Amino acid sequence: MTEPLLRVRDLQTYFVTERGSGTARAVDGVSFDLYPGETLGIVGESGCGKTVTSLSILRLIPEPPGHIRPGSLIEFEGRNLLTLAPAELRAIRGNQIAMVFQEPMTSLNPVFTVGDQIAEAAIIHQHLSRKAARARAIEMLTLVGIPDPAETVDHYPHQLSGGMRQRVMIAMALVCHPKVLIADEPTTALDVTIQAQILELLDRLQAELGMSVLLITHDLGVVAGQADRVVVMYAGQVVETAATTELFDRPLHPYTEGLMAAVPRIDAPKSRLQAIPGQVPAATAWPSGCRFHPRCPHAWTKCANEEPPLLEGGDGDHTARCWLVQEPGRRKPRPETE
Amino acid sequence: MTLTAWFALLIALGLAAWTVGALRRRSARHEAGRRFFRHPTAAWGIGVLAFFVIVAVAAPWVTSFDPREQLDIVHLKNQPPSWSYILGTDVYSRDLWSRVAFGARVSLIIGALGMLVAVTLGTLVGAVAGYYRRWVDAVLMRGVDVGLALPRIFVLLIATALFGQLPLAVLVLVIGLTSWFGTSRLVRAEVLSVRERDYVAAARAAGAGGARVIFRHVLPNAAAPIIVSAALSIGNVLLLEAALSFLGIGVRPPAPSWGNIIADGAPYLATAPWTTLFPGLAIALVVMALNAVGDALRDALDPRQQAKEST
Repeated sequence: MTEPLLRVRDLQTYFVTERGSGTARAVDGVSFDLYPGETLGIVGESGCGKTVTSLSILRLIPEPPGHIRPGSLIEFEGRNLLTLAPAELRAIRGNQIAMVFQEPMTSLNPVFTVGDQIAEAAIIHQHLSRKAARARAIEMLTLVGIPDPAETVDHYPHQLSGGMRQRVMIAMALVCHPKVLIADEPTTALDVTIQAQILELLDRLQAELGMSVLLITHDLGVVAGQADRVVVMYAGQVVETAATTELFDRPLHPYTEGLMAAVPRIDAPKSRLQAIPGQVPAATAWPSGCRFHPRCPHAWTKCANEEPPLLEGGDGDHTARCWLVQEPGRRKPRPETE
Repeated sequence: MTLTAWFALLIALGLAAWTVGALRRRSARHEAGRRFFRHPTAAWGIGVLAFFVIVAVAAPWVTSFDPREQLDIVHLKNQPPSWSYILGTDVYSRDLWSRVAFGARVSLIIGALGMLVAVTLGTLVGAVAGYYRRWVDAVLMRGVDVGLALPRIFVLLIATALFGQLPLAVLVLVIGLTSWFGTSRLVRAEVLSVRERDYVAAARAAGAGGARVIFRHVLPNAAAPIIVSAALSIGNVLLLEAALSFLGIGVRPPAPSWGNIIADGAPYLATAPWTTLFPGLAIALVVMALNAVGDALRDALDPRQQAKEST
């Protein structure tokens, strides 16, 4: 296989909480690779560390209270982003690696026109003149499918709808043709119809510009439609990685199974949705052993005592952090419904 | 006063009223502008300020005498207001109206420039402290604490002792350098809240450096309290200048400033009260007008009200 564009190894991002409730190990030893041209989905429920992972890549974690522990590695084209000087890092942000934020309502600066904001990265990195930057902004607005780009370029964010703003944010991120686009829940704040449009847009732009996309979401449906490979996160760790079809056909980790059972399916009308019992534990006190064991239907004593590594199972690069990979006989039969 | 001076004064009054009307018409197009003029005293505040600014600019035309000229030290000292000397004369037989009008130049310039120095410095320090936090914040804010704890008059007395007589530029600088502490705290508090907004993170993700983020993304969104504080601080600087000149360490006589006109008249408060009353009234009017405008600006620029509109 080709060299990965972005390599994340053993990323640990901790937050020191106030009032002595301890250190929140929000991201605790996450590793994954992003290859050129692919879409990698990172899935998990709220609080599993997926947003912190994405912010860590661009080193946008507020410090204090957060810090990325020494020993972590985030390598982009062979350079460790964690040891770069601030100026070198800024030269990468928005230029080589860009980010689309979650909230289109609050991620645009209310006092500048959308054209100014789209052009900003181009002015910073490519030193475009005001005129050239404006032309580029109009070009980007056309690219993301905004009607009347020559007029919209002078509009303020509050004059646009949520879907339009999300398109503007994508235009902002893509203005320098980055090699990696990190999209953190790009469609969560939008209606389903707009969501579909935005995802299609991302797909089309990825094909046109040939970039890699790191798609962070809690929505398995989005992942199924967009991603080539998937990383499932739970409690600050990667619990399963696989190619998308492999993951959906043959999930290995009980957490992944639980997530899939919790999604309504159009082809299985009578089944009841299964919730995963319990809640994500607090990041200051992860459970011992396998972090999922208190909520796992298959757990036995080994799960509570020994933390499983990522174990190879199934085809190709399918790994899961679960002892069941080694001892499949321990898997309990599915209760009723299916 | 000559007829032309009276005529010029009338024109000044009319011009002030016209300014208010014109501003009101222009700002009616924006919701914030309408909110500004909805404030009961905003129009009066603007009117008073416009009047004094016009008088200061047109001082040679709205008066008939040189403010430094002693007209007749024997017969014309401490004359009460009359048609010839509308505000009376002072103890050196100088026309008080001329002195108040020319004094407006000095006082308003010191007020405006002093405010500019104070607000610029306060905004910079507050923004840097609030944006970078950590030790930068700790060091700068302890510095501000020290500044707030220093009695300003003594700092200024020391400056006078160092410079002998203060030239106007030094006076402005010293006043500005000792007036920014409050503004910096205000700006810091606002920046602390704005820096956590998503668009600031988005700007950093786009590769913007510290200065760019502060000046383009943070400060424009923290402008409202800065503008209000600027309006209010002109008033404070004006009062400080008056106090200093009254103490004899501000503007040197015979050049008139509102503070030293009061100082000249103070010994004759019982026999010639107009010599202190009118310059005092000018100071009070301008400070009140600035406070009214500051209050109205605060209401007009309130971001919560803007948020209500945009949704």
